[in-house]
Parts: sequence; C-alpha cells; structure tokens
Amino acid sequence: MRITKVAGAVTAVLLAAGLGGALHGCATAPTDAETAARAATVLKASFSARGQAGLDRLDQDETQKLCSEYASRSLPAPVAEQIRRANLASIRFPADGNLVGDWKNGEKIAQSGQGFQFSDDPKNPAGANCYACHQLTPQELSYGTIGPSLYRFAKSRGFNDETRKYAWSKVYNADAFTACSNMPRFGHNRILTEQQIRDIVALLVDPASPVNQ
Amino acid sequence: MRDMQRAVVALAIAAAAISIAFAQSSTVDEIAKYREALQDGNPAELWEARGEEMWKVPRGPNRVSFERCDLGLGPGVVKGAYAQLPRYFADAKVVMDLESRLVYCMVSQQGMSEADATKIKFGDGSARRSDIEALAAYVTSQSRGVEMNVGLDEPHVRDMYRLGEQMFFYRGGTHDFSCATCHGEDGKRIRLQDLPNLTKTEGAQKAYTTWPAYRVSQGELRTFQWRLNDCFRQQRFPDLVFGSEASIALTTYLAGRANGAAYDGPAIKR
Repeated sequence: MRITKVAGAVTAVLLAAGLGGALHGCATAPTDAETAARAATVLKASFSARGQAGLDRLDQDETQKLCSEYASRSLPAPVAEQIRRANLASIRFPADGNLVGDWKNGEKIAQSGQGFQFSDDPKNPAGANCYACHQLTPQELSYGTIGPSLYRFAKSRGFNDETRKYAWSKVYNADAFTACSNMPRFGHNRILTEQQIRDIVALLVDPASPVNQ
Repeated sequence: MRDMQRAVVALAIAAAAISIAFAQSSTVDEIAKYREALQDGNPAELWEARGEEMWKVPRGPNRVSFERCDLGLGPGVVKGAYAQLPRYFADAKVVMDLESRLVYCMVSQQGMSEADATKIKFGDGSARRSDIEALAAYVTSQSRGVEMNVGLDEPHVRDMYRLGEQMFFYRGGTHDFSCATCHGEDGKRIRLQDLPNLTKTEGAQKAYTTWPAYRVSQGELRTFQWRLNDCFRQQRFPDLVFGSEASIALTTYLAGRANGAAYDGPAIKR
C-alpha cells in the first residue's frame, strides 16, 4: 500500500518533470522544461570567469528566470503582476529625500557605455548608456530606438514630485512598471550609485536640462 | 497676432524636427555608401588567400594537410561544406561548427595539442594572426552563393538547435540582457547601428550569411565564434569558451534559422 503510494508519487513527479516518455520507453524529444534545464547547465559549463565577470553572472534571480521562460511567448497577466510587484518592493529612495542631482553629470553618465563588461576596468565609474536605446537631448543625434524617446520627458509629464518619483523609480527598477523590460534595473542591481541615479533623474526632470527644451 | 506667433513657433518646431530626421537619415545613408564602397575590395580576400594556402600544406607534428579533414562532405571537400554546418560528426560523436571542426582536424589528424591549435583564436589586426580565422575565411568563401541547408532533421542537430533557442532567450548578468534584448524586434537600433531581428527568418538569414566578416573598425576578419563571444561581453556575461557546447548550440540555432538563404560571406562590416 505504502509502496504503491510512493511509486505513484514518483510517477507523478516524473510526469510533471516531463519524463513520461522515458517511462514508456520511447525515445521522444525532450520537453521544453527539460531543454530549459539543460540549457542552464550547459551555459554554466560553457563560460569561464574573466575580469570582473564571474560565473555567478549566469545565476538567474526569480525575475530573470520567469522572463526567460516566457520570452518567446506572451507573459500571462498574473505572472507579469507578480514580477512587477516583487520589483516594486525593491525600490529604495535616498535617505535625504533628494531625488534630483546635476543634469550635466547626468548627460555624461547617459553617454557612457562603460562598466561591468569583462573588458572594463572596475575602477572606472560605470555609465548608464541611455543613448544606446533612447533619444534624450535633441543635440545628440546618435541614439538608439530599443526604448521610447525621452525627449521632453518632464515637459510633457509636468515638473512635479510625481514625475521626479517616477523617473527615480523607473531608473532604479524598470521591471516594477513593465514586467520583463529590456531596460537594466540600474538601482536594484547596483549598476549605478545613488548619486548617479540623481544625476540621470536631473537630466530627465530638470527644467534647465536640454531634454526639456 | 497671437495666432501668427503660434504659427511661427509651430513652423520652427517642424523645421527642427525635419532637420533632425534629415541629419539622421543622411548619417545612415553615408554609412551605407561607405559600406558599398568598401564592398568593391574586401580585405577578407587576404584572409581567404592565406587560409587556402594553409589548407593545402602539410602541418603539425604529423605533417598532414587539411586535405584529409572531413567537413561533412568527405575528406578535403570544401565546396559548399560551410552551408551545411553545424552538423553531427560520427567520428567525434558531437555536433560541431566550422571552427571546432578545424580544431578537431588539427588535433586528431595533424597531431597538434588542443592548446597549440587554439592558441590564437582571434587575431589582433597585426602581429598576432589567427590561423583559424584565415582557414574559416577560406572555407566559408567556398560556400558563397550556396543555399544554407543545416540538417535540422538529424536528431543531434535538432537537439542543439532547441538548446540554442533556449539560450537565445536566457536573461542573466548585472543588466538582465539576453540575445533577444537587442535582437528580438524589427527595426531597432543601438545608437545608429541597425540591429537584425534574429527571431525572424529574414533577419537571421541576413545576419548569419554575412559572417565571417572583415571588421573595418578592427582591421580583422572575425568568425561567428568571435561574434558570439563579443555579444556576450556586451551582455555583461563572462567569457564564452571557444568551441563550447553553448557556442555550438547558438550557432546551430542561428544557422538553422538561416536555412534557405544563399550564403554571402565573408562580408565586410563597420
């Protein structure tokens, strides 16, 4: 009786893991779940640590895991909500409450693609590389289009606390607003310092910033 | 009076918008013209010539040439071989891409150590020249115009293709990037660089069939192994091991998606 139960449970687990085919002894193709698990293992064995990029870069957090799993199909609404909620909870505001720094520094950070690559010297400050994906100031014509244009970011949203808070939060953790955003989570993953985020926020919200001209 | 002021402002804004659009499209046009001009004389030919010479001379401790190396169509057969790679090789019992097959022949036939065979995977544009890059340039040039036909019905190849597909969407690192972050949508750019959408047949075909390529900015011919390695560097991942299983899986995925298109390399890129 007990043995039957255990055997039943094992079968259930194996079936859940997609090994049903193997139990019946036929050479079926591996399931997506099996392939995904193997992909993670093979990736680990296929990279070597170099410079500042260790093998731990391949370890996925829950958000990365879910976003990979659903990358090639549509994200179910409850999963998207779960990702947004978890990432919203990670957002930290500066202790002094000051969200806006110097837009001129922000522009430099927005231009720089340095940082965290195995070829980068970790002693140099990282950039945010905003222009790789976004239009910002009208003076910079070499901008990418993976993200939306941020030209007139605050001019169109209003120069107010709500805009400043949103800018900070979005840069800090974009997944809090768009689950599985293409945008790095600059604050959550400690890519930028608190002061650097302030300066980027200034570039977006300062009425004097060329972004808002 | 106020209406007129408004009209003037509107006109000024429109003019500014047009000049930005113009400056941009003209930059893209200029780059396209530059590429076209370079296409007439592709320095990749120098790598192809060096690779052809290397293919025919006895090499390694065993003094054996590549004319005994089987790229899948029989010993020494180069014509059209690249268009069917990666493929499963029964002698090695694994799926191999061109670069890993070249290393296999150097080790198993020519008697070189694997360390020696892969000592210079990527050249530096001057003194440190890579034999693998030259050999890859020669072999790929012999598939120019040949239709890509990776054997996805073969179970090992099929398995690698599916593995590569999973890896293409694998997010990781400090920046949450996967291949799909940059190569999953139509008509996107990084700065002014157009990005192929590798999830679509047309994008994958255009991209895959133009590697290897002579990179003007580096003064070097780069193989597909290099392309993958440098993508992962920018993804903030660690160093993709040359010829590793993940590199073969991704190559199989992208080469398989290019099936049906005429191979068009080695090409020339910025």
